[in-house]
Amino acid sequence: MRITEKPPARVLIDREAVAGRMGFRKAVNAAFSVLFLSATLLALLVLGVLFYRIVSQGFGHLSPAFFENFASRMPEKAGVKAALVGSLWLMAVVAPVSLILGIGTAVYLEEYAKKNRLNDFIRMNISNLAGVPSVVFGLLGLTIFVRALALGNSILAAGFTMSLLILPVIIVAAQEAIRSVPRELREASYGMGATKWQTIIRVVLPGAVPGILTGSILALSRAIGETAPLIVIGVPVIIQFLPAGVLDTFTALPMQIYDWAKRPQAAFQEVASAGIIVLLALLLAMNSVAVLIRNKFQKRY
Amino acid sequence: MVQVMERTRERAGLKQTAAPAVPDVRPLVYDTKLLNLWYGNHHALKNIDLPIRENEVTAIIGPSGCGKSTYIKTLNRMVELVDDVRTSGEILYRSRNIFDRNYPVEELRTRVGMVFQKPNPFPKSIYDNVAYGPRIHGIRNRQILDEIVEKSLRGAAIWDEVKDRLNTNAYSLSGGQQQRICIARALAIEPDVILMDEPTSALDPISTLKVEELVQELREDYSIVIVTHNMQQAARISDRTAFFLSGEVVEFDETDKMFSNPEHKRTEDYISGRFG
Repeated sequence: MRITEKPPARVLIDREAVAGRMGFRKAVNAAFSVLFLSATLLALLVLGVLFYRIVSQGFGHLSPAFFENFASRMPEKAGVKAALVGSLWLMAVVAPVSLILGIGTAVYLEEYAKKNRLNDFIRMNISNLAGVPSVVFGLLGLTIFVRALALGNSILAAGFTMSLLILPVIIVAAQEAIRSVPRELREASYGMGATKWQTIIRVVLPGAVPGILTGSILALSRAIGETAPLIVIGVPVIIQFLPAGVLDTFTALPMQIYDWAKRPQAAFQEVASAGIIVLLALLLAMNSVAVLIRNKFQKRY
Repeated sequence: MVQVMERTRERAGLKQTAAPAVPDVRPLVYDTKLLNLWYGNHHALKNIDLPIRENEVTAIIGPSGCGKSTYIKTLNRMVELVDDVRTSGEILYRSRNIFDRNYPVEELRTRVGMVFQKPNPFPKSIYDNVAYGPRIHGIRNRQILDEIVEKSLRGAAIWDEVKDRLNTNAYSLSGGQQQRICIARALAIEPDVILMDEPTSALDPISTLKVEELVQELREDYSIVIVTHNMQQAARISDRTAFFLSGEVVEFDETDKMFSNPEHKRTEDYISGRFG
């Protein structure tokens, strides 16, 4: 027998044992895929139940009259007109204010701000702000806009408060979108003698717009559904007129729904459900626009 | 004049045997004097002295991290895009120190075009890519823009390949074509100098050859500084070569002399492939 120094190539792994364990490994694998699938299904199920309940309860109440009537003590006459128009007014204030401030801040932080402790501190705190409860923002709005600036419970005061609430989300989304524009493109622009502003407006923002818009629309749809800040700044519920300008008082969809839902008459539960359908439809429409923008304009570098 | 023609003929041939004297009389475009550069505490460029002359190709070679890219980015002050950069010494461009406090860096960059390592066209049409430079400098006249685009694309030897699809996205082109679009984009600002930072390192051999031939043609009208990690490329296309090592210029000479008879041992070791 010939003695070699080299050990045999296949000796340490027991093939039979490996084959024996195979069944168990595959079972564990299958178990986890079932676990994850059921997690997803549970979320979908809850959503489905919610949808079914809302639609079955409120669909009957949806009619042209529902959109034409103001709030009323009688459930059959209660309508969503003031709240829907109020929500749209609110958006008309929130969208420009939060977009301009949010994108401006993001551009500053990503393109202009030098890397130093102060700016790191600012960046970190913007992320922290995104986690502050909305009721706290309501108190802020009450102190600053309603009282100090004496705007009262107007559309403007509520709009500014809502803008503050979603500003951190928009800033973070815009920062990420701006960061995703490759550095090489900025270099190409600077290398031809472009100023910082020209580079931002011609190269950075066009590349970042899809990401910015997607994030912003999702943030706006959060603003449209928020109730707590509106309650804190004292937005009324029963309003029998439409606001004529941003300094008028108003009501909004979630406020109206909240009010209907807490009334003792069973019929108002149906009205509340109808209101929720309107709000959900509005949210879905906004989110679809976000998805559409993402799919259509997203650039791959 | 005779010397120049001789040199041109020599370039056309395959081999460069006898080292033709490159006259030192061409005017200076750039003169670097005792340049030092730090990234934070890292001393990246040490006492660089380097003259760059008109209508020549100056190659900068050296191993990774030797400071060659840093140097070329200093020539148009792109290096300042990195935070925490300090410099000392001076770089004279056409006799004016580019580090002067009131030197308009945007103007410097309109006189000095740059081509980057990775082709970096904008996600815009071929036309808009090439017209980008002129547009940011305020040229709106469509007729002039059309002329600039055609001239630049011809200059970058890609006009025939793209003339029928100027409105398609530059991203649809191959890597080699994209790089020539980037060269055309640099030509469109009618620069005096073209800086090329490893322009062929992301390209296949055929595209590399095209870019190298292009550099030869461009030399007629522009002064070119090219960073390359490919020593054969430096030998093929440049008039003078600077060998960088650990942030210092070890040797700077006529390319033919450098590759046939280097003065320093470290240069010889590097170009013969013993390290780097």
